[in-house]
Amino acid sequence: MRAHPAEYELVAPRTLPSVLSLLAQEPGVWLPIAGGTDVMVQYCAGELPTRKLVSIWNLPELRRIEVFTDEIQIGAGCTYTDLREQEVVSREFTLLSSAARWTGGIANQNRGTIGGNIVNASPAADSLAALLVYEAELLLISVRGERRVPYTSFHIDYRKTQLAPDELIRAVCLKKRFSEYYAHARKVGARNAQAISKVCLAALGRLADGVVGDIRFAMGSVAPIPLRLTETERIVKGKRIDPLLVRLARTTAAAEVRPIDDIRSTARYRAAVAGNLVAEFLEQLTAGGMKT
Amino acid sequence: MSKSSQVRAKCEISLSVNGQLVTVRVHAMERLLDVLRHELGLTGTKEGCGEGECGSCSVLLDGILVNSCLIPVLQANGANIVTIEGLSTDGRLRVLQQAFLECGGAQCGICTPGMILAALHLLKEKPQPTLEEIREGLAGNLCRCTGYMQIFEAVAEAGRRGATT
Amino acid sequence: MKNTRIVGTSVPRLEGRDKVTGQARYVDDMVLPGMLYGATVRSRIPRGEIKKFTFGPGIDWKEFVIVSPKDIPGKNCIALIEDDQPCLADGTVNHPEEPLLLLAHPDRYLLPKAVEAVSVEYDPLPAIFSMEESEGLSQIIWGTNNTFKSYLIEKGDVDALWKNADYIVEGEYTTGAQEQLYIENNGMIAAFDAQQGLTVWGSLQCPYYIHKALMKLCYLPADRVRVVQMETGGAFGGKEEYPSMIAAHAALLAMKSGKPVKIIYDRMEDMTATTKRHPSRTRHRTAVSKDGRILGGEIEFTIDGGAYETLSPVVLSRGALHAGGPYYWPSVRIRAKAVATNAPPHGAFRGFGAPQSLFALERHMDRIAQAVGLSPVEIRRPNFLKPGQTTTTGQTVREEIDLGRLLDRALELSDYHAKKKKFAEENQQGGSKKGIGIAAFLHGAGFTGSGERYLGSVVGVEACADGGVRVLVSSTEFGQGTKTVLCQIAAEALGLRYEDVGIAQPDTQEVPNSGPTVASRTVMVVGKLVQSAALGIRQTLRACGLLEDSYSPEEFCAACRAYVAEHGKFRSIARYEQPDDVVWDEEKYRGSAYAAFAWAVYVAEVKVDLTTYSVSVDDFVALQEVGKVLHPVLAKGQIIGGVAQAIGFALYEKVIWEQGRMQNGQMTNYIMPTSADLPSIRVYFEELGNVHGAFGAKGIGELPMDGPAPAIVNAVEDALEVPFDSIPLLPEDIFDALAERVD
Repeated sequence: MRAHPAEYELVAPRTLPSVLSLLAQEPGVWLPIAGGTDVMVQYCAGELPTRKLVSIWNLPELRRIEVFTDEIQIGAGCTYTDLREQEVVSREFTLLSSAARWTGGIANQNRGTIGGNIVNASPAADSLAALLVYEAELLLISVRGERRVPYTSFHIDYRKTQLAPDELIRAVCLKKRFSEYYAHARKVGARNAQAISKVCLAALGRLADGVVGDIRFAMGSVAPIPLRLTETERIVKGKRIDPLLVRLARTTAAAEVRPIDDIRSTARYRAAVAGNLVAEFLEQLTAGGMKT
Repeated sequence: MSKSSQVRAKCEISLSVNGQLVTVRVHAMERLLDVLRHELGLTGTKEGCGEGECGSCSVLLDGILVNSCLIPVLQANGANIVTIEGLSTDGRLRVLQQAFLECGGAQCGICTPGMILAALHLLKEKPQPTLEEIREGLAGNLCRCTGYMQIFEAVAEAGRRGATT
Repeated sequence: MKNTRIVGTSVPRLEGRDKVTGQARYVDDMVLPGMLYGATVRSRIPRGEIKKFTFGPGIDWKEFVIVSPKDIPGKNCIALIEDDQPCLADGTVNHPEEPLLLLAHPDRYLLPKAVEAVSVEYDPLPAIFSMEESEGLSQIIWGTNNTFKSYLIEKGDVDALWKNADYIVEGEYTTGAQEQLYIENNGMIAAFDAQQGLTVWGSLQCPYYIHKALMKLCYLPADRVRVVQMETGGAFGGKEEYPSMIAAHAALLAMKSGKPVKIIYDRMEDMTATTKRHPSRTRHRTAVSKDGRILGGEIEFTIDGGAYETLSPVVLSRGALHAGGPYYWPSVRIRAKAVATNAPPHGAFRGFGAPQSLFALERHMDRIAQAVGLSPVEIRRPNFLKPGQTTTTGQTVREEIDLGRLLDRALELSDYHAKKKKFAEENQQGGSKKGIGIAAFLHGAGFTGSGERYLGSVVGVEACADGGVRVLVSSTEFGQGTKTVLCQIAAEALGLRYEDVGIAQPDTQEVPNSGPTVASRTVMVVGKLVQSAALGIRQTLRACGLLEDSYSPEEFCAACRAYVAEHGKFRSIARYEQPDDVVWDEEKYRGSAYAAFAWAVYVAEVKVDLTTYSVSVDDFVALQEVGKVLHPVLAKGQIIGGVAQAIGFALYEKVIWEQGRMQNGQMTNYIMPTSADLPSIRVYFEELGNVHGAFGAKGIGELPMDGPAPAIVNAVEDALEVPFDSIPLLPEDIFDALAERVD
């Protein structure tokens, strides 16, 4: 344990408005900590740059799931376990419940939150690719009010997001339009559990009259931010899936991603596997059809 | 104490540990793990990695399995904590502990407290778990000695014997 | 073999209750009044001269105890085989993370910050990081030629072979470093008192190694140094020699401060600074007849010892002695050497050289099979050692081991032939590829050659006032079941109940030196001495008429109580004697290398996912002949645990090095298998007995580490028809090899 607790301050206001007030009074000074599965790891390693933290764990306004006619709103404070247990998520947003299931072990799923995963903004984060293909929107809240931003533009660069210094994510909004899609997610890690991903794919597809009607690919760990493979989507959309298209999609995807060599894997491996995951999805889409 | 850093005041945290209400005066960012081990002398919960990977520090917080090395004690204010010491307060072993002994589930014993709590947590949700469910339920608890099989056998056996007792 | 009542049954683990209730006391669970916490300032460069220390701002240094080499009362070394490893670097640094200074303070949270605040100026020197650089001699970093030790094993006439060989098969095989990754980090507590002397408590395997090292470092006589083992949370060899270093550090701080000092490593420090398995490179050149018989060969076995000698000569020895495996070599030349690099010294890890040389050999056997056009099964069968034949060192196989039959049983248990055929067919169809592979091997138990005689182990069994007996050994429990099995042996030997036998916690003040807890020797060698010592108690009780020829456990206990009441506690001592038929020539490195070998055939079934290039082990058969199974649950646990570690060695555990420093020193980035990564490992035993072991037992602790890696890599080659000769074998390596093939 390489941090001295006496040098840190942690406060736990009871309500969301009090937290927002604090963030507004001293923007950029207080680091929000929810379940702690990212922040505490940095803290224990002696690598947390801030000395002041504000707990947003278990605030009721953040830890609920609201179901509307056309969308659901998942509170940013919902844990992975909350996601796994919510029937609407496993029924309509399977990519997200898959991601929740393979994040860490049970103990970390009980504490890690979707909001924390987004704000920590690691490109390897498990749930972010799913949010990209579902074209999630984020509700960002501060004393100044609430704004809705598309998730696709939320990440600006490596670990940099659109979140203002006095803002929190209040909820993740997912439109209920994907029940007719074939959904597939796969995480490639160094082992089958408790692994940071080397590459991960979230994909949605729909065939219409034998050709690809709509297709979405998003990947983690292949760029500084989670990536939508728009180029690969473009060359596949409207086409009939045959071996030639699968091969083209594979090479396009492998070239579209921008992975690096790092402590976990190599760029060339990641690129090749990215291509393979896309190819695998297209083969399943043809074979399996419409819905998981 | 170092000269240039500000020292924060300690705060009072009250929580229930193994059924007993305790109050401690600690820094808000002390890890729950350290408060259990050093303030309360409950050394059964172990530190293996300090980063939430090994599960040796697992405890139950309000009935939920968590890694206590990742929990600032302030967030445990008012919580009910169960540690390994809380499982056999009357000197009798629980069914799960007995199964661990019979099946070879504990070798060096360092992962055992966390493993037993993770297994207890699993058995509460799934009293007769399949091998796959046991694998998944314990995937966050690393063991270097056993290769896991005898741990799984112990959990399955405990399930067969009705392990909530 | 006569029937046994206790030996051979799965009695409750002696200390098990404490382990499942959280009562077991590991070193970090202990607190002493007035205790300080200690930490180590370490080198950040691989090699150089230390110019200056600067104690930076932000820390009140007056509050700290600071120890430097000048505070060392005796010799600045961690005594082991040589005295070349300093306790604290004295002017020169030879590896990253080398200890330089020690700090202590009452506030344990302050120490990491204080360590960071010490800056060191160096004059760097060029450093070397590979065996090849070391052999190249561009830098001499140790001795005259960077070589810690070399051995030459010769049999027959190798040079005459080549012209008669139908095939000459060559191969080079490498294995990487592996971290032991016990879940309990290293730790020690030391306390010094002018009258009593020095006491250390810690997580350790070998109390007397530490005892010897502290005597020399602190210039104290034997009776003023006391070493006590606490409950130890896994070791696997990783706590064989390194604890002496930590004990030394804690001791120096305790002596300087006059207070008890606790040093507990965190995971990153433990991984980056302490020992790992020696990386290895083995080159085979083998002459083979056209019907697949090994005529002989040359084996060059090289290991990377890191910056100081430590245990490298012994690892080298075991690796060299196992390099020929379970086969008959009419002629062989084995050239083995251990070389220096500027990395933290490598050290003991389960298997201790044998997993490295056996990986090479068993991969090479499959290569020979391909060259000759035989199957992996048919290349091995005719080459197996038979009773009456001699090993590479000329040791005659005296037991009735039938390796061909063992192989057949393993093949049947794994359904090898049917699966091999089925996989070959299914692999044509694309998708993932499956394969099945074999490894046949052996593991010598006990210290090599004259090692046990040199150790001269002493064991005691004590008659106690309550009528029970107590085993006194320095052999430590760290999960493998030492306490349980030694008590079973004593109870069996004396006709007592298991509950009548206790065992002292290893404490050098209390127990004799039964040798280190290593080399798979505890049950076999120490257990046999426990048996003798126990019988000594009975002899004494009978001699003074307190015990009849036949008696019940209660009668024995009554006799014991009576004896102790009259004469006081008494100890029966047994001392190791080398059996007459275990003769070893240390000069020529020939003769009986080990008193007993355990034999094994393992079969691994794998699937290679062609989307991700990852290998999963889907089924694993571990069949071994072990003399006698003294405790079925414990024995099975040892095999499964060892196989799991070896699966890690083969497929997951890679140390990422940069300039001699491990870059992935966290559990997030050093990948050991989780429960979701391991198959059900199927374990089977055969028992041929062993005259040199307690109740016929051979050692089994290390055996399961030797076979899985080559069996798995053989299976991967079977699946992909691409050879791999280096481990760990990661998906990235498989991808690179397949991509190269396409190009």
